[in-house]
Amino acid sequence: MNIIVCLKQVPDTEAQIKIASDGKSIMAGDIKWIMNPYDEYGVEEALRLKEKFGGEVTVVGLGPKRVTDSIRTALAMGADKGILIVDDAAEGSDSNAVAKALAAAIKGIPYDIIFAGQRGVDEDLGVVGSSVAELLGIPSICLVEKLEAAADGKSVKANRLVEGQTLVIEAALPVLITTQKGLNEPRYASLPGIMKAKKKPLEEKNLSALGLNPAEFGAGARKLKVVELKSPPERAAGKIIDGDSPQAKAAELARLLHDEAKAI
Amino acid sequence: MAQGVWTIAEQREGEIRKVTYEVISEGRRLADALGQELTVVLLGSNIKEKAAEFGHYGADKVIVADDARLEPYTTDAYVSVISQLAKADQPAVILLGASVQGKDLAARLSASLDVAMAQDCTAFSVENGNLVAIRPIYAGKAYAKVTYENSFPQIATARPNVMTMNAPDTSKTAQVIDASFSLDDSQIKTRVVEVIKDETGKVDLTEADKIVAGGRGVKNAEGFKVLEDLADAIGASVGASRSAVDEGWRGHADQVGQTGKVVSPNLYIACGISGAIQHMAGMSTSKVVVAINKDPDAAIFQKSDYGVVGDLFELVPALTEEAKKFA
Ligand SMILES: Cc1cc2nc3c(=O)[nH]c(=O)nc-3n(C[C@H](O)[C@H](O)[C@H](O)COP(=O)(O)OP(=O)(O)OC[C@H]3O[C@@H](n4cnc5c(N)ncnc54)[C@H](O)[C@@H]3O)c2cc1C
Ligand SMILES: Nc1ncnc2c1ncn2[C@@H]1O[C@H](COP(=O)(O)O)[C@@H](O)[C@H]1O
Repeated sequence: MNIIVCLKQVPDTEAQIKIASDGKSIMAGDIKWIMNPYDEYGVEEALRLKEKFGGEVTVVGLGPKRVTDSIRTALAMGADKGILIVDDAAEGSDSNAVAKALAAAIKGIPYDIIFAGQRGVDEDLGVVGSSVAELLGIPSICLVEKLEAAADGKSVKANRLVEGQTLVIEAALPVLITTQKGLNEPRYASLPGIMKAKKKPLEEKNLSALGLNPAEFGAGARKLKVVELKSPPERAAGKIIDGDSPQAKAAELARLLHDEAKAI
Repeated sequence: MAQGVWTIAEQREGEIRKVTYEVISEGRRLADALGQELTVVLLGSNIKEKAAEFGHYGADKVIVADDARLEPYTTDAYVSVISQLAKADQPAVILLGASVQGKDLAARLSASLDVAMAQDCTAFSVENGNLVAIRPIYAGKAYAKVTYENSFPQIATARPNVMTMNAPDTSKTAQVIDASFSLDDSQIKTRVVEVIKDETGKVDLTEADKIVAGGRGVKNAEGFKVLEDLADAIGASVGASRSAVDEGWRGHADQVGQTGKVVSPNLYIACGISGAIQHMAGMSTSKVVVAINKDPDAAIFQKSDYGVVGDLFELVPALTEEAKKFA
């Protein structure tokens, strides 16, 4: 079973997000970059399927050179090869363009299952996975928290959590799955894994090598434009509720929630 | 020339989901700002009787696609039908609810139409005849104002619980139109083989009006009982921090935060939660935030409207009793 994992690099979730002076982007300065946590689930699930069915796991990322580190992490976890789509012209592309480039890169590789994260914990869009599937003309099952491949390796059953219920969805391969927390516990890269990863193939490709027109990429070609970034409204420092006993505090809190906040 | 505002209704087993009305109400405001019509698109099986009442919330027209294969939501069938309808009618704006279904549908629909899409927005407006959306990014650590560049229809999803719902005006009904579409079985590549219902009967966190959330301070799975009691008393759903989920005290569907659910209730009561940036990111758009924590220096007090310092095992049951007086 050949598996592809889309990998996005995102700011560490600890990162303080500061708005740059242009008022449209974030300050990249001291940000630490990590693999999107949802893509870790993708890598892990791919490795488990490979352990069962054999085949190859390819990690595909688009972004600047620094993305190499995250792809190496995936290789150290056990993935077989990496592809980094790196091109100055792709800087600042929106999800439509990113999906096109990923689909173009994936088209050239045999695949049965593609994993993408349910959303990037950066811009919280959650569109690239579905878009790649649409461009490749394969079904997508989003927000999957449990995946079972049939013994013949020809179809999958996926549990997808929606509000108040879980849907079990079946599809024949190939299929694209977007990952949700709960799917698995991603492994850590072992030391031998890290050593081996250094020798695994990591190919770099630019847009023209994928047969794409660089003019359709980058900030200038965005269909969704960010015109302004703002800090979230600050919550004014709250009221600390005093009282002689837990009962007195609870009574005062309930009163405030009822009379002042009108929340209960 | 693209014209008109569309909203996509969401039904489950023939029942219309609440977010549908929120989105129709917002769609009405946008249609008015654009001076255009509001059309609701409703897909389902034997669903037509539900259509006219969308007029109560401001819909001018309802396009109904009725087909047994549209009763359970499948991404492929819905995208196929809606993209055919959109190509034929060319609406200027398509608005959906940012529910699990709405987000999935919007993402794939935007790719199918090769247009831009703004996910999980908290406010909309019209500038120069175009849709403008505000979306929290980095789970609310920043707010982005986004516009569409030569891309029609302008697709967006609206975060549940955020848009004001119009008071229904039962004197108004919408004109109901049968959709013309074709759906080939070969296009439907995914099949819902089982539906496992959540038996708690609680409203999902993303749609909840009130949430009582617990963290590591709750100590164990049994500790959540006091939170459940408070939740029952005030009609809330129960959420959790990642620590509580990682400990196995709660299911991961309950996790609130940057790698969990992003919630927007009227009232969020955080019990035994320290206020880590990844947790706060997921609930920062809550209207009223209450923190109950025994550590007076816990970061969460800086981000709460009301704070109570003390042991949650004493405070929460006491609050439950007090809250019952207002029930
Ligand atoms: C990549 C990444 C993603 C993450 N995503 C999320 C996410 O989505 N959601 C999330 O929540 N976290 C997330 N985290 C984890 C986050 O950093 C924190 O570790 C977590 O939120 C802490 O949970 P907590 O507040 O329950 O626990 P703690 O930080 O341990 O806080 C427990 C609190 O309980 C209080 N307490 C203890 N006993 C009592 C008592 N009897 N009465 C009252 N108060 C008491 C303590 O004073 C303390 O403040 C993420 C972390 C990473 C690295
Ligand atoms: N630049 C990228 N390179 C590789 N994969 C990506 C990229 N952007 C998005 N993805 C994939 O799509 C998922 C959702 O991202 P997004 O749609 O940007 O929220 C990510 O978790 C990745 O799996």
